[in-house]
Amino acid sequence: MRALGNTSLSRRGFMAASAATGLGAAALSACGSSDSGNSSGKTTVEWWNITTTQPAKKLWAQRAREFEAAHPDVKIKVVTLENEAYKSKMTALTTSGKLPDIFHTWGGGVLQQQIDAGLVEDLTDKVAPWTKQYVPAALAAYRFDDKTYAVPFDIGMVGFWYNKALFAKAEIASPPTTWSAYLDAVKALKSAGITPIALAGKEKWPGMYYWAYLAMRVAGLDAMQKAATDADFTGEGFVKAGEHLKELVALEPFQKGFLGAAYSTPNGEAAAMGNGKAAMELMGQWAPVVEGDAGKGIGKDLGFFSFPAVEGGQGALTEVFGGGGGHAVRKGAPDAAVEFLKFFAEKEFAAKLVKDTGLIPVSKDVRSALTDANLTAVSDALNSATGFQLYLDQAYAPAVGQEINDSVAALIAGSKSPQQVTRSVTEVAKSEKS
Amino acid sequence: MTHSTTSTPYAPELGKVAEPGSVPPAAGPRRPVLRRLGDWLSAVVFTVPALALFGLLVLVPMGYAFYVSFFDWGGFGSPTDVTGFGNYTRLFEDPVFLGDLWRGGLLIGFSIALQLPFALAMAVLLNQELRGRAVYRMLFFAPYILSEVITGVLFGMIFAPGDGLADRLLGAVGLDGLGGEWFAGRDTVLPTLFLVMTWKYFGFHMMLYLAGLQGIPAELYEAARIDGAGTWQRFRHITLPLLAPTLRISAFLSVIFSIQLFDLVWVITTGGPDHASETMAISMVQYGFKRYQMGYASAISVVMFLISLVFALAYQRFVLRRDTEGALTTMRANR
Repeated sequence: MRALGNTSLSRRGFMAASAATGLGAAALSACGSSDSGNSSGKTTVEWWNITTTQPAKKLWAQRAREFEAAHPDVKIKVVTLENEAYKSKMTALTTSGKLPDIFHTWGGGVLQQQIDAGLVEDLTDKVAPWTKQYVPAALAAYRFDDKTYAVPFDIGMVGFWYNKALFAKAEIASPPTTWSAYLDAVKALKSAGITPIALAGKEKWPGMYYWAYLAMRVAGLDAMQKAATDADFTGEGFVKAGEHLKELVALEPFQKGFLGAAYSTPNGEAAAMGNGKAAMELMGQWAPVVEGDAGKGIGKDLGFFSFPAVEGGQGALTEVFGGGGGHAVRKGAPDAAVEFLKFFAEKEFAAKLVKDTGLIPVSKDVRSALTDANLTAVSDALNSATGFQLYLDQAYAPAVGQEINDSVAALIAGSKSPQQVTRSVTEVAKSEKS
Repeated sequence: MTHSTTSTPYAPELGKVAEPGSVPPAAGPRRPVLRRLGDWLSAVVFTVPALALFGLLVLVPMGYAFYVSFFDWGGFGSPTDVTGFGNYTRLFEDPVFLGDLWRGGLLIGFSIALQLPFALAMAVLLNQELRGRAVYRMLFFAPYILSEVITGVLFGMIFAPGDGLADRLLGAVGLDGLGGEWFAGRDTVLPTLFLVMTWKYFGFHMMLYLAGLQGIPAELYEAARIDGAGTWQRFRHITLPLLAPTLRISAFLSVIFSIQLFDLVWVITTGGPDHASETMAISMVQYGFKRYQMGYASAISVVMFLISLVFALAYQRFVLRRDTEGALTTMRANR
């Protein structure tokens, strides 16, 4: 009896103790992540980026080591996060008001939110001397009230990637530059038995590109800016944009089962292009890489043309829709942070990044480093751009961006009219503003 | 459990008491008091950590979601913009959410009307003396073990329009007409999804039924056979009534699964095309983590919780009453 009682008691004690230890460990690990102090007398600059792919990741880390070698009193702490993890971490950090010294930004609405909260350093004067040669479109996303808040390292745009062989088969002499010529090209491809367009309907954002570009061409850039500030997308230009998209959808130009197709999976949009099963896709500068990844890639047959102009519209053929990546600096960060950005942007290293990692140069000085004909075409289109519109999901509040994606997907699926699209988007924009 | 372990030591004790004149009667009542204190102590020691964790990780977040659902909150800072029941009234005007309810109901109906009878048929079949029975059981149960994500990716490829295995197979036997859009069509996505759900979950229900069937005494069948009952009569008057508790539990689980359906759909269609396969859980994630409308997403989660809760309570009260009553009365008798 006694013995039994003892063992059961000691077992209880053991359980209680281990439970307590478990709780304690959980509590400890919860407060484990504390600030990085600079106990060694060195200045530590924390640099958060989202470059997870090789060889870029290796090159970036190397650049940090080179900077440390040149500045023995500075330590660059490189923190590389995956895209989605980065976004959610930054959301939390923005709330707490403590940002990393240097951090990745896409510009637009999110950066503006951080600026409004007084968390971002104004870099206008500090970077002006060495960003003179930058493509204006590259800086556009980071400029608010004529002040620059970040330094771009990457820029890109959306345009049509097309299969020259299939266009030739359909006897289309040259890529269309007007919307009516574009619709004719789609008809010609269809009657030649070729799927004109690959589209990832499941992911919604590729469909949104059509609506966004049409809105830019019909309503114009100023109207798009005004629509965002007034939270009113019901203007005639936006309805017209939807109607033009409807004209295209009515031709049934997309691949079979496009509503369920993803972008980069083995039977998605990029694979359809990469395997020569569709004649074109509206996509960003990364398209050739993904086409080769998800499909076989079409090599020399691949060409690029800008989104056609719409007859009677406010926008021009030379206005581009795109975005890129940049580095912003926390308010009150050590001077070494800006120093490092300058070091990172040096011509030789920028050229190396262009050559080895397929970036499109942000500085006109580095254009010669481009070897790929298609990327050169994109770069030239960006260099000669007369206007720039940032990706809508970054330019507008997240809910508005998502509603545009959603509504346009419904328009393409045939369940919403152009008027309904503008009304739903306006409704969400209004509720976000209030 | 605690009752049985604490009551066993009484037996030798009582034996001791029965020994003539060895223990004074006063010692009798004192010991149980100590014991009761000990019981309380051990109960506290064992349950407090679990309760604390449960409270911290389940009750507090639930309460917070309930609180947040009365705000218009984007997830930044603390919620300040009170909207009262605004999020809830918005829910019942939102065609997507109303569609979620309709689709959820449809999936529940399909599950009960098709998936469970199918599972029952398979269970009855595999309960027979059959060569390789164990292999079949394992094969049919295997999909349930597979992770939802793997299943999703797998069937996404099988049902790829045009190039997928399904279309190729149909083409090879000359049935091209039956192939089609599968997950890519607004009208075909739900039936296709249900097909995958059935493939994935029927094995689980089949196992439940098999376990239930094992519990039916063979003598009953034997007696019925002697009385001249046919196969159908034996099934109708022995198998079904004696399997009823299992059937009721399995239907209950099936409904709860359907209400909370998320990962499979998220991987295959993310709710598309055009919301045609969206479930409540998917709407919640879309609004919460894509649009950062945390208040509205919380309202969806609260409604989801209430639907599950009301259903579970009503089901326990009206359908499972007989099954649980037995358990409760035994517990009372033990006490």
